[in-house]
Amino acid sequence: MPLIDRAQVLHVAKLARLTLADDEVPVITAQLERILEHIAQLSEVDTEGVEPTAHVGVDRLPLREDVVAPSLDRAAVLAAAPDTVGHGFVVPAFVEE
Amino acid sequence: MELLDRSIVEVQAALARGEVSARELAEATLARCADPAHAGVHLDHDPARTLAMAAAVDDKRARGEPLGPLAGVPIGLKDVLVTRDARTTCGSRILEGYRPPYDATAVARLRAADAVFTGKLNMDEFAMGSSNENSAYGPVKNPWDPSRVPGGSSGGSAAAVAAGLTLGTLGTDTGGSIRQPAALCGVVGVKPTYGRVSRFGLVAFASSLDQIGTFARDVRGAARLLEVVAGHDPRDSTSVVQPVPDWVSACGKDVKGLRLGVPREYLGEGLEPEVRASIEQALELLRGLGCSVVPIDMPHTRYGVSTYYVIATAECSSNLARFDGVRYGLRVAGKDLRAMYGATRDAGFGPEVKRRILLGTYVLSAGYYDAYYAKAMKVRTLIRRDFDRAFEQVDAIVGPTSPSVAWPFGQKTADPLQMYLADLFTLPASLAGLPGISVPAAKGAESGLPVGLQIVTPAFDEARMFTLAHAFEQVSPGRWDRAWPRA
Repeated sequence: MPLIDRAQVLHVAKLARLTLADDEVPVITAQLERILEHIAQLSEVDTEGVEPTAHVGVDRLPLREDVVAPSLDRAAVLAAAPDTVGHGFVVPAFVEE
Repeated sequence: MELLDRSIVEVQAALARGEVSARELAEATLARCADPAHAGVHLDHDPARTLAMAAAVDDKRARGEPLGPLAGVPIGLKDVLVTRDARTTCGSRILEGYRPPYDATAVARLRAADAVFTGKLNMDEFAMGSSNENSAYGPVKNPWDPSRVPGGSSGGSAAAVAAGLTLGTLGTDTGGSIRQPAALCGVVGVKPTYGRVSRFGLVAFASSLDQIGTFARDVRGAARLLEVVAGHDPRDSTSVVQPVPDWVSACGKDVKGLRLGVPREYLGEGLEPEVRASIEQALELLRGLGCSVVPIDMPHTRYGVSTYYVIATAECSSNLARFDGVRYGLRVAGKDLRAMYGATRDAGFGPEVKRRILLGTYVLSAGYYDAYYAKAMKVRTLIRRDFDRAFEQVDAIVGPTSPSVAWPFGQKTADPLQMYLADLFTLPASLAGLPGISVPAAKGAESGLPVGLQIVTPAFDEARMFTLAHAFEQVSPGRWDRAWPRA
């Protein structure tokens, strides 16, 4: 039984907001299957009682004073966007009238 | 030998003595960049900007104003670092033509040090790759053999230094993206301890692994460049509050009596014979310097690739969610917001980036999180413990940087897993957040291509790493001025 099939790839692509072309799906499915077959070796490692490492530096994060500081210039930020109006980014409608 | 073929440290001194001007150096780099053999190394190359920065340094010097520590030194930047006066594409179509409104902290520090920027360097898209073949803007050729890859993801950063297009470059290393191309291009590449260099303005791939580091021809040059960009930055909460030592002074100290561990797992199957021979020769040279070289066990090495490709892709799937066609970069129209997101990301991302986003989303998704992501985080702990145990016995870990020399274009592109396995020896130190350096060790007996020696030391002990790397460099047949065909 394969570790990942076409339906799962399409589901994950939907979660990732990635619209795949039809001819991309079989190629990606086969490649992911091969990678997952390799990764399956992790199941042979005894990790009973082992703490996870999410990050190597979490115990030494410094805190700073909570003070207001200048941020980026609004006009400069908006200038890089595909579509803007006034002080905002324009996106296609996503709420039904 | 031309000044462009010397160390950053020597060139700094020549500039300070007035033997060469910043403008002369800038003109020399531009003349070399004009050679069509080097097309593809840069993603943004603006001679007028480089000359203007050089002229500004010369003017400051003429007026007797104080100058920064890299005044007039030509430096190139990997295109994953945002720059306020140059395009930043990360090698991706989704950021084609993007002009960021600010500088990364590492870039700002180079500017404050009066470095002269020579351009933005090609890379695998979003730093995902080991051959630079994943750039949306075409490949980078290995300066030693134009039919071969330069390594990746910082392929442009390594090739620019190897070809003498600039004196030093910044790269980024998530799983080996500095050390591996340095090895394949015959230059020095340093990944410091996680947290040494601010990631502010480094476009994120895998935040718990990404780290900025340096390339140069020689160890002292790489150390000098790292001194300038390292240090705490309040804008990156993972940048550590630690003083930056004088790493150039660490070069030249004695290494007699140092205990070096060679993981048995690094000399096992899959290592090319000429790489093995070069590394065995390097170990003999290290013994000749008075170091003791002992075999050690790093039993979880074989799980490094799996662990890395779960954790790094999980983090990438989250980080790359920001490329949605709203605030910057490409937008492809769609009938509604969701269709616009999907079409933009399908058109903007290349195949490897899509694969990693999908794999990362999969390992984080309901039903698979525990088997993949949670499991990989635990194995990451075991990989860290391998290093902790090793450093109870030895002062540094040495071995090959890459299992092979530079390979021909196309050799691994059809099989992503083969490409991932090329990073076998660099991934463990990344997962453990440790500093590592690749130093040219030899020209392979068969191919004549460079082989790199990797040195890994405990967290925040870059000084020992530089001391050992520099001592080895002095006796290495792979040292820049001994090995490079043009030298």
